[in-house]
Amino acid sequence: MPILQIKNLSKVYKGGFTALKDINLDIKQGEIFALLGPNGAGKTTLISTICGLVNPTSGSIKVAGHDNLTEYKDARSYIGLVPQELTTDAFISVRDAVSFSRALFGKKKDQQLIESILKDLSLLDKKDSRIMALSGGMKRRMMIAKALSHEPKILFLDEPTAGVDVKLRESMWELVHKLRENGVTIILTTHYIEEAEEMADRIGVINKGQIVLVEEKKSLMKKLGKKELTIDLKESMPDIPEELNDFSLKLHSGLHLTYSYDDQKEDNRIGELIGKLSELGIEYKDLKTKQSSLEEIFVELVK
Amino acid sequence: MNITSILAIYKFEMDRMWRTLAQSIASPVISTCLYFVVFGSAIGSRIESVEGIEYGAFIVPGLVMLSVLTQSVSNASFGIYFPRFSGTIYEVLSAPISFFEIVLGYVGAAATKSLIIGSIILLTANFFVPLEVQHPLTMIFFLVLTCITFSLFGFIIGVWADGFEQLQIIPLLIITPLTFLGGSFYSLSMLPPIWQKISMLNPVVYLISGFRWSFYGHADVSLTISFAMIAFFLITCILIIRWIFKTGYRIKS
Repeated sequence: MPILQIKNLSKVYKGGFTALKDINLDIKQGEIFALLGPNGAGKTTLISTICGLVNPTSGSIKVAGHDNLTEYKDARSYIGLVPQELTTDAFISVRDAVSFSRALFGKKKDQQLIESILKDLSLLDKKDSRIMALSGGMKRRMMIAKALSHEPKILFLDEPTAGVDVKLRESMWELVHKLRENGVTIILTTHYIEEAEEMADRIGVINKGQIVLVEEKKSLMKKLGKKELTIDLKESMPDIPEELNDFSLKLHSGLHLTYSYDDQKEDNRIGELIGKLSELGIEYKDLKTKQSSLEEIFVELVK
Repeated sequence: MNITSILAIYKFEMDRMWRTLAQSIASPVISTCLYFVVFGSAIGSRIESVEGIEYGAFIVPGLVMLSVLTQSVSNASFGIYFPRFSGTIYEVLSAPISFFEIVLGYVGAAATKSLIIGSIILLTANFFVPLEVQHPLTMIFFLVLTCITFSLFGFIIGVWADGFEQLQIIPLLIITPLTFLGGSFYSLSMLPPIWQKISMLNPVVYLISGFRWSFYGHADVSLTISFAMIAFFLITCILIIRWIFKTGYRIKS
């Protein structure tokens, strides 16, 4: 059974704006699911609806089999949420803030666990500091510590690395992998395609409130991934010769020819192209191939 | 009932009071002392007694009510408004706690703060005037009920308010004038008949009257009506809060 089941979920705001449109989505236990989408696509609305912050207009959400409206206490006890905005109380200590989050979920005090979470997030030496004294990156990590304080089975990370430096981003990726190893299901939204590429098992693309696609990351890249062959010419040419029109080539700076082809097709016509170049006496010094990145796939999908 | 979660909210709010001790406790106590000096000593020295009660002692229940009403509304409204304003409300709303438990935590803390302030004012008043409480149980009952009711009212304001200005409007422009005009510093019988009738439209009159009765056995209106009024206000607040959480008004979109 999936740990999260979303069926026919829609959200229409009072003004008539449809933020979510008939969403159907199953999340498997222990996976890392990346939800991609442009600004205003409905990523945060979807997360907020699952976590109980937004009332759905129709449809149902089940968390570990518990309906998030009728059995909301059971459903929410599984969930940890790290929101996009850095919303924290400024005047209390890091330890108190994290302990408060744990107590809100009805869990008994466990200083050892709190300290271990803070240690994992490199915040242990800041445990007695007031939140207002933390840097942006530290605050972001503290938000994660708060979400982890009640040992959730599902962790929502809404744009977890927005505005953090490369080093911190990498340490967060490490943490996410570690959490997954411990059986936590992770659902993250991100603008950074490389983040999804690096971490996710499956990718979901949402656009204009609708799930456009849900696919295993590897098969998505394989299925939609285009390859590009770049031919670096020895001598500059003003235009692409007519004899090569059949290949839909592009010429850059007179010195680089690029040829896009489908990796999955049996006959990608590369041999034919190389033969034609020799036939026409066009000499080249290098050949390079490049796989489409997830970002390029994503841009194609939301066009 | 999720006691740990309720206590977490309650403790969080109470901690805020201890962090801002000067603002939370010292400020209302100093204001009350000033009222005693101005109304009790300076003006009170020219008024012998009201309904047979020394003027300084007569105003004590009114002063306690003045502080309790404004503090209950301010504390409870700020308690829920600030997480809304800062965005930290997400944490409470996504936790496995019911709306009733959330209200219990916030309103419980606000009512406790008001109760502490009311008690401190009573103790302070004891240094200025000889105090007697003829019906201590009724006095405690009235005080606790008022703290709870007006904290619920404050909670509603905190949910309704869309800015700090709105947060201040009700305590400053409604609660304080109603308390001043509700017989805090005078007996209704001292007013001309027409103003006595108009005063009956002021709900705070019933609170102060009932509370004063518990001290001196003197009331402007019947004790039963005072109880009925506060019960009516309490039930109205509970019903409004129930509706707020049912619809998610200004809390959930």
